This record gives sequence, C-alpha cells and structure tokens, in this order.
Amino acid sequence: MGAPSPYLPGLATIMKIEEQTAMEKLFVVRPNDGKPLGHKPGQFVEVSVFGVGECPISVSSAPNKKADFEMCVRRAGNVTNALHNLKVGDVIGIRGPYGTHFPVEDLKGKDLLFVAGGLGIVPLRSFINYALERRKDYGRIIVLFGARTPADRLFKAEIASLARRPDLEYLETVDVGDASWKGNVGVITTLFPKFTIDPKKTYAIMVGPPVMYRFAIAAAKAKGLADDHIIVSLERKMKCGLGKCGHCQMGPVYVCQEGPVFNFAAIKNLEEALS
Amino acid sequence: MSLAIIEKEGLHLFVAELLRQKNTVVGVKDQSAVSSIPGDSGFYTYAPINSPGEMTLSFDVTLIPPKKYLLPAYEQLLTFNLSPGSIKADAPKEELIIFGVHPYDIIAINQMDKVFSAVPQDNHYLERRKRTTIIGIDSVKVAPRAFWSSMGADTVAGGFDLMLTDIGQCYVVDVGSKKGASLLKMAPRTREAAPAEVKERDKVRAEARKRCDANRLSFSYLELPSLLDGNEEHVIWEEKSHLCFSCGTCNLVCPTCYCFDVRDDVSIDLKKGSRNRTWDGCLLSDFARVAGGGNFRGHRADRYRHRFYRKGQFIYRRFGDIACVGCGRCSAQCPSDIADPVAVFNRLKEGI
Repeated sequence: MGAPSPYLPGLATIMKIEEQTAMEKLFVVRPNDGKPLGHKPGQFVEVSVFGVGECPISVSSAPNKKADFEMCVRRAGNVTNALHNLKVGDVIGIRGPYGTHFPVEDLKGKDLLFVAGGLGIVPLRSFINYALERRKDYGRIIVLFGARTPADRLFKAEIASLARRPDLEYLETVDVGDASWKGNVGVITTLFPKFTIDPKKTYAIMVGPPVMYRFAIAAAKAKGLADDHIIVSLERKMKCGLGKCGHCQMGPVYVCQEGPVFNFAAIKNLEEALS
Repeated sequence: MSLAIIEKEGLHLFVAELLRQKNTVVGVKDQSAVSSIPGDSGFYTYAPINSPGEMTLSFDVTLIPPKKYLLPAYEQLLTFNLSPGSIKADAPKEELIIFGVHPYDIIAINQMDKVFSAVPQDNHYLERRKRTTIIGIDSVKVAPRAFWSSMGADTVAGGFDLMLTDIGQCYVVDVGSKKGASLLKMAPRTREAAPAEVKERDKVRAEARKRCDANRLSFSYLELPSLLDGNEEHVIWEEKSHLCFSCGTCNLVCPTCYCFDVRDDVSIDLKKGSRNRTWDGCLLSDFARVAGGGNFRGHRADRYRHRFYRKGQFIYRRFGDIACVGCGRCSAQCPSDIADPVAVFNRLKEGI
C-alpha cells in the first residue's frame, strides 16, 4: 500500500503490572520505538492483544518526556480479559493517542473541581497529576472521588498521599461501606454540600459511569456553575478511533473524534449524549 | 466533453477485449434462473464474469450494491505473529472493472469516497477505490420500490470512468476520467454522438425518471435534515420498530451503509493471525454495546430511528450529503417491510 495503514499499531512492551483491585490492573507500557506517546490528559489509545482484538483505553499517566505511560484497565471484555492474563515483558499493540483532551491550557488560573466516579479516576488522574506538576498554574484543586465499595477504590496509596496535600482539597465517598470504612457513605453528589466554590472561577471536570452525569451535572449547576464550566468525558464503543466504523456515534457526533472530552454546553441538547 | 457512441454489437466486443487483457470484470448477472423457490422472480447480483454474455446491462437493481467490492464484507487489514515481532498492513493488489453501475449507486460510492478520505484517511479503502474502474449505466428499468428520482439520484455528474446510456440501437457514452478515455479506445468502431443521439439520451433519462416518479417523496429531499429536526420523539419510531427483527438487512443492502467491525482471527497452528474488517449494522442489537454490558442504543426504537437520522441528517451534517440515494433495496428486502424511507419520511412530512 502506498500510504500507511491507519490501523497498524506500534508494538509496545509491558514494563510493570500492578494489581489495583480484583477487577483492575495498572499497566506501565513502553513503546518499542522508545518514543513518548505524546498524549494530552484525557486522550485514549487503541490497545491490541494480538489474536484477540483491539479496544479503547484511556491513558492514566500525565504526559512527560519519558516513553513509559500508564493505563489502568478493568477486566470487562475479551481484550481486557486477555490483557489481564499478560505478564511483564509481553508485547502488545498501541495506536494513538486519539480524541480530544481536557482543556489544560484554557483552564490555567481557574479553580478545578474534579468529579471522579469509579473508573472515571483513570483519565482524570492524568489531568490531576498534570495540574499538580504545575501547581502554580491553577487555582484551587478539589477532588471528589466516589467508588462502589471501599475495596473498589483505585490508586489507594496515591490518593492517600493526595489527601494529605495542603494545596488540594479531597473528599471521598462509597456507595456501600464496610466495617473498616469511617468515611462518607452515599453517591458522589452527597459530597457537594461539603464545600463551597466560586462559580465564576471554577470548572468541574467529571468522568464516571453514564448514570453519574445527570446527577453530578445537576449538583454542579446547583452550585452555580454555568453549562460551559462543566467538562465531561463520555464512554462509547470507540472501535476504530478514526471516525469511520460508526460504533461511537451519538447523533452526528463521533465520540472518538469530537470527544471523548466534551464541554457540556456543546452536547447538552444532543439526543443520546447523556440520556 | 463530447459524447461517444458504442454500437450494441460493439459493446460485447468491448467487454471481450477487457477480459482478453486479463482484467477482472465484474458485471451484473441475472440470477432468476438459479432460484429454486417456486414463484421467485429472482434477483440481480454483481459477480465476476468470464464472457460478455454472462452479464446484463438491463437490470432494475442488484440485491447487494457494488460497495461489496470497495468495502468487502470481509477484508484483511493486518497480519501478525502471535508472539509479536512482526505486524504488517495488507493492501489490495487486484485491479477491478465494475461494469454496469446505476447513477444512484455511483452517488453512494462518491459518498463513501468522502467518508474514507476524510482525515484520518482510511488507506485500505482508498487503495481499493483507486484500483477500481467504474463503468456506469443509466437506469432504464425501475425497481418497484425504487425512488431515486426523488433523491436527486436519477443521473450523476461524476465518480464514473465511463457512463453508458442505452438509447435503443446503441449506447451513448460519457467519459468521466482519463482512465475511462483510454479504456474506451479498446472499444471497436466508436464514434462521436450526433446531436439527435444526445437528445435521445435526454429522452431516455426523462422517461426513466417519470417511471420512477410513481414512488416518490412528497417533498424535496433537501428538506430532510430540517424535517427530522424535532421529530426525535415521533410515535413512528416506536410504532414501526415493534416489527423490527434487528436483523440488519437494511444495513446490509444499503449502498451508503459503511459501518464495520474489526476482529482478529488466528490461524490453526496458533502462530499467526490477521486483523479483519467485517460489515456491521446499527440495527443489530449489540452495535453500541460496550465491554461490561452497557448498551448506548439498547432500545430497538432508538436503533430504528438512528438509521433514518443517519440517512437524512447526520451524514448531511458531517459531509454535506443526504445518505439515501433511493435505490429501494432496504424497502424491498426488509422482512417486515418497515424500512421504506418513502413511507417514513412522507409520514413525518404529513405531520401525523
């Protein structure tokens, strides 16, 4: 073929695997060509396990000059199950990065309210760490983290150290507690009465399961946030990542092209987006 | 550009010459003879031919559109070793002449060209397209469910290498590309069309259009995007989709449906594998289903509605084309007869 195939992944090696929960593992991956991925927070890659297939996975590490990057993967489908069976040193395929990213430049000087529901912490972690590496560039940083149970909480050690930082406000909750849990119990919106914000300066950045958005957006608006101060990242079946295969379409929008990161104001009237 | 004439007997010689030069020629075959179903009137299908007599240029519509040669139902994209070390992209090598494509199908191909050449380009499609020669034929026979005359698809201005019109005693030929011009040189005894013959072509086209007008939209197809606006909650989506089997036939036979799935297949020795593209359809129940079980279009009515919006509005908003060319295939093939765009769109227009 004269021109290159957009479906041809680059090879990459698994450098490290860290078990996060019974369902999720963190993979440290290094492209075999030694070049950094060049992603921005919020973007995703198409991951290949050869012989099984390909699926979209968001990048969880902040951009840096090193080639290694991180993906936190839930065991949920064929490819992610196969990925969970791989070992350090195994080779996978990577295409990307694809999609839109969190507006890290536009939000400089603003207060950031991160709303992470369950796996939503995975792409948000990229932005949170990016912002913390440039702490002076941003105003207040508030992180809300909700999980189903205490055992489902990702990045436990890392989040514990976040929670101790004086320059970051951290609130967490679980839907269902256990004997050891002393914290808040309830859905993520039960955290909203616990803090105040300046709605003019604050931007909410939310990632979570589909059901979370309706309630979290309503809670953010109740705090005075305008629609265009709410940023979401949406999940769809982004099979090709190229705006061709049709699976991630919501109305005329291809989530893999115009998303997955959207300004809420731009999609609030779009049929299928948040319904 | 002036029009040429190929005599009727010259056409057979032309096709024979193309075959003699070792071209792979795909033509329309009349399959009425092969059907074993009593009372089945048969169907037309595109297939490679070995002699000119195997193909016909007098057909109403083929069962499957010519997209199957540009976006094959099963296409190898990549090959790899399972213990990775090498992975490479596959490219189509064969050159193909598709002989006998109606204007509505050429318009559909033009739309696919736009979709796959939009950045990021899909070079697998584009490479195959580059290797394909399209020889069009104006529609004379009209399929019972066709409505291309009301979709602006009765004639086509470009996208073909040659375009033939059967005016009875001979074919008028429009040359659409350099490739077409050099191919035409292989045809025997061609000559320039006389003004009367050009007029005759207009007449043939007008008559076909008139026959097709028997089944038509009650309004201009250009109104479709605005007509659909605000009809998201119309009762028709629930009502009609109650009969939907979610079989995806409407997607399968549609010349402008190009959605696909990609899957890996492994060789029997478990050493090598390939990544392959297959057709997919938005009417199938798990089309928008993600790992973990969530389905972003889990309701049948939503999938049914999605298709009509995609045809009449979404593709238009993205690429500027109404993605229905009026071939009538979905309408004719749908097992429960709920796919007819004319019925759906006219009802929305009536506002009931």
